[in-house]
Amino acid sequence: MKRNYYITKNCELKRKDNTIYLEYNDGRKPIPINDIESIYLFGEITLNTKAINFLCQNGITVHFFNYYGFYTGSLYPKETLLSGYLIVNQVQNYLDLDKRLTISKELIRTASHNILKNVKYYKKRIDELTDKVYRIEKEAENIENAKSISELMGCEGRIRSIYYSTFDEIMGSKFEFKTRVMNPPDNEMNALISFGNSLCYTAVLSEIYRTQLNPTISYLHEPGERRFSLALDISEVFKPILTDRVLFKLVNEKIIDKNDFDETLNFCYLKEDGRRKFIKEFDDKLATTINYPPLNRKVSYRTLIRLECYKLVKHILGISQYKGLKMWW
Amino acid sequence: MEILTNEVKITGVKINYFFYCKRQLWFFTHHINMESNSIDVEIGKEVHEEYFNRNKKEIAIDEIIAVDFVDNNGIIHETKKGKKLDRGDKYQILYYIYYLQNKGVKNSKAVVHFPLYNKKEELELQDNDIRVLKNAFKEITEIEKSDKPIEVQKMSKCNRCSYYELCFS
Repeated sequence: MKRNYYITKNCELKRKDNTIYLEYNDGRKPIPINDIESIYLFGEITLNTKAINFLCQNGITVHFFNYYGFYTGSLYPKETLLSGYLIVNQVQNYLDLDKRLTISKELIRTASHNILKNVKYYKKRIDELTDKVYRIEKEAENIENAKSISELMGCEGRIRSIYYSTFDEIMGSKFEFKTRVMNPPDNEMNALISFGNSLCYTAVLSEIYRTQLNPTISYLHEPGERRFSLALDISEVFKPILTDRVLFKLVNEKIIDKNDFDETLNFCYLKEDGRRKFIKEFDDKLATTINYPPLNRKVSYRTLIRLECYKLVKHILGISQYKGLKMWW
Repeated sequence: MEILTNEVKITGVKINYFFYCKRQLWFFTHHINMESNSIDVEIGKEVHEEYFNRNKKEIAIDEIIAVDFVDNNGIIHETKKGKKLDRGDKYQILYYIYYLQNKGVKNSKAVVHFPLYNKKEELELQDNDIRVLKNAFKEITEIEKSDKPIEVQKMSKCNRCSYYELCFS
């Protein structure tokens, strides 16, 4: 299986013949082109058009992060998997409100199922969570009655805010969290969530690229607004499965601590070492395999994202109803 | 020529998929192609590139068929990475012969090379094959025009198919 490459040190990324080389001050490291799934650039990396062309020709997405570790954009190679027929149907499912709601509701239904699964796991140990489980379940009932996307989004927002309010309990207040703040995050926990969610988003985007789906046409989020919004849609399903579980582990097992944040910037940013720890756990998670009964095979978490795209493709083409990935393990 | 005037272009790959799996054919004709994820296909391409590299390769004719190469006697040569031809492969190559014969190439036949197994096999077009092909043209046109693929059916060959994850996810 191909791998993700995460480059955190400053270097030059070069094409030499048919291989990519990372050139550091003290030596260079080759990476075979056939081994690359996606590349994540965190450090200060120089690359030229020769390298970019080569990566694009091989259909490799490259994700860029700025000095603070914020996702800034992706190099999305020319689409080679195009199906006009699918795009027309993808759009048609957006234009028809009933159809759009059907997909959006299943996304939120799945996301809240996965959120509940996380909270219930910790409920066994932490009594205080019982009430919050109840409140999330109660709020989730509103999903079915939503008549518009904004109603659905409101419902999703409330579920998420109850969910985030469990984080202090789940992680024993090692870092104080309070409420979710983005752009920029205001404390350690928010910094971790932002970083994790951007890794989740990019992982989903890389998988969408491997399918015929158009990443700008989405259902829950408005299409193409600044971002590849279909990746945002599908991320809803995977944030609790990937980001949050990695986060709980990193904090609860004290893999990440205060020293991993940049103190001069109010602890809002992860330092290079902290980022590396997060990336390692996240990538291990993506590569972890579980038994997936419908295929009667073991598949990695990354493959689960691809399968989610396939299910959407089949739904959009009217072949079979989309059923989101609801954690059963 | 009948197959050229058809509103649905019958390509060699479509013939192959038709005999392999009609559901796969539907996906393929609607441009849902899974083969870029397939390691088997990648290996096949490498085998293809490794052998016969002195001969001119991949001759595309009318954007309908693409034969590996044709020698001076008008004989089609194909390479396969496996050790035998399945029904889809066989009819794909028979279709090449049929197509070339319709274009006026005389005495055309095919030799299939299995370089990994050091053997080859000859194919000639029989009258019965022509009937089978003509029937396939008709059915392929219908499948391509239908708005849904046939229901998924689990067969033993599904496990090795590059569409497996799509069908069973």
